Amino acid sequence: MFEKALKGNNYYWMWLAFLGFFIATAVVCYLRQYFYGLGLTGMSRDVSWGLYISQFTFLVGVAAGGVMLVLPYYIHDYKAFGRITILGEFLAISALLMCLMFIMADLGQPLRGLNVMLYPTPGSMLFWDMCVLWGYLILNALCGWVILTAERKGVHPPQWIYFFVYLSIPFAFSIHTVTAMLYCGLPGRHFWLSAIIAPRFLASAFAAGPSLIVVLALILKRVVHFDAGKEAINKMVTIIIYAALANMFFVGLEFFVGFYSNIPGHMDTLKYLFFGLEHHGHIYNNLVPFMWTFIALFCVGIALLVHPYTRKQSDLWLGIGCASIFFAFWLDKGIGFVLGGFVPTPTEEIVEYYPTFNELFITIGIWATGFFILTVLYKIAIGVEHEIEA
Amino acid sequence: MDNKRRNFLKVAGISTLAGLGGTAVIDRLVTGSTSVRAAAAADHGSNQGELSTGHEGRPDPSTKRYGMVIDIKKFQQDPSLGGRVVTACHSVHNVPQFPDKKDEIKWIWMTNFENAFPDSPNLYLDEATESHQLPLLCNHCDKPPCVRACPTKATFRNKDGVVMMDFHRCIGCRFCMAACPYGSRSFNWREPAPFVKNLNKDFPRRMRGVVEKCSFCAERIGLGQQPACVEACGDSKAMVFGNLNDPESEIRKLLKEHHTIQRNPALGTLPSVFYIV
Repeated sequence: MFEKALKGNNYYWMWLAFLGFFIATAVVCYLRQYFYGLGLTGMSRDVSWGLYISQFTFLVGVAAGGVMLVLPYYIHDYKAFGRITILGEFLAISALLMCLMFIMADLGQPLRGLNVMLYPTPGSMLFWDMCVLWGYLILNALCGWVILTAERKGVHPPQWIYFFVYLSIPFAFSIHTVTAMLYCGLPGRHFWLSAIIAPRFLASAFAAGPSLIVVLALILKRVVHFDAGKEAINKMVTIIIYAALANMFFVGLEFFVGFYSNIPGHMDTLKYLFFGLEHHGHIYNNLVPFMWTFIALFCVGIALLVHPYTRKQSDLWLGIGCASIFFAFWLDKGIGFVLGGFVPTPTEEIVEYYPTFNELFITIGIWATGFFILTVLYKIAIGVEHEIEA
Repeated sequence: MDNKRRNFLKVAGISTLAGLGGTAVIDRLVTGSTSVRAAAAADHGSNQGELSTGHEGRPDPSTKRYGMVIDIKKFQQDPSLGGRVVTACHSVHNVPQFPDKKDEIKWIWMTNFENAFPDSPNLYLDEATESHQLPLLCNHCDKPPCVRACPTKATFRNKDGVVMMDFHRCIGCRFCMAACPYGSRSFNWREPAPFVKNLNKDFPRRMRGVVEKCSFCAERIGLGQQPACVEACGDSKAMVFGNLNDPESEIRKLLKEHHTIQRNPALGTLPSVFYIV
């Protein structure tokens, strides 16, 4: 089926070349980082994880979000999702590949990455995260490919594949739960030490992932005349609305626990993220604009999705609504959650993190690589769909 | 009749077997659980091997759990002592000195009381404590969160209680740095070699991309020497190192005579470094 990715119009190649430019830039930047060390990033001993790990955390959610198509289609036999389930599975593949690239970019000794498998440590959540991420990646690649091949041949998929399809559902939940456990099991990091982190991660994932799929489906409809179907889009928007509201409810609970209990450790990071944290006469607030943009984008997005006119009458407004939710939760989890957790430090100091250009270009390049892979995979999937229709 | 009898025997036989098997399983479970409990009891009793906690039960004096008592008052009396201690440690261990604070690596450093003990804030701190600094280093916790977090066992707890680093196995994921609730760990953000003045050839230099921290001078205590920081304190007894499991040791005598505090003990990490305030 790969041959379908090798034939395309000029726009297809121009888009891939556009992404390729960012990928090439990132390769150069990564080589610089590889030969100098992670000192080329903005990280320090006080903020020891930066953009790489925060992007990784967000993208695990995007990958897990695909299950919101797989689950209704295979468990509840919700036929309307039949056409777009493959979009969710292929999005999961590219999101997971981005996750793995971000992890590799973040390692101080990337060549020793296999040590995680050579010296397996079941007590470490990172070990389990590796297991479930690889598991989910292989499951999605397997299920997506086998089902697409069957569709192309006009036959039913083989029975055995359903075992792996059903297995992929708990795996989707587990990847984001285990990723949350990287954070919520660490003593002394008050902002992360909260049992609501895993459900909150899942809620924002089930909003952000499907939001991206809706945006992609709307683009595919215009660009390659692949219609996901009104019913499917409507149902996805319903899922997005509830998941987004659940995430905001959980954020609100964090505020209540912090500010009603009045325990400084529980309030400090929230103050730092949303209002600026005063320390020795100086107010530290470099993430405040991001957090209020998150709130504003959420409000815009949810309003556009909830209102029947904007949701049903206009693809443009629907797309803007979904994109707003996606970016809102990217700011929440891909920026605020990870970076905020390091403030204040265990020794009650405040160090603000600013990514360097080198780091930014690597980050952009990994996103571009992910969209490159996604474009190729979608090209194949849509090619097969068109072939069946023809 | 025959058929019924045959069936009866079958059923009876199977249920007897199942019964026997079932009780056997239950027996195993019960003995299993008692042996676990017995092991737990032994652990809290005198038979403490490598799991000796030193905080509960009676640790076996013949086993080791190294610890340190730091007398803050001695550091207040001699303000130059802190600098000497830090220099001694950092020069022995080839800790690089970077011009940029972002790259900073430190094994032991001087800080304010409010930074060392943020969980015990006091608006009305006495003048001496408020105006002086005290040394911070790895706590060598009995239940170290960094060891739990490490995905490659590159950081581990020795039988003598020292939390160690294997610089050759560390992949540089920095999960241990996020896990350490005391901020004791540093990362080699760039090649450290050019920033090591007066290389000590008896101790390895690190490569970039790995985490490092205080090792309680495992290489020195193995030779029967005192840690470098303790040695730098001379006879002042500002820092005393020893076996916490031995009730006759100097460190245990100090702990008996003075009220000591640990950094954030509420986290259950059981730090091995104690401070006399």
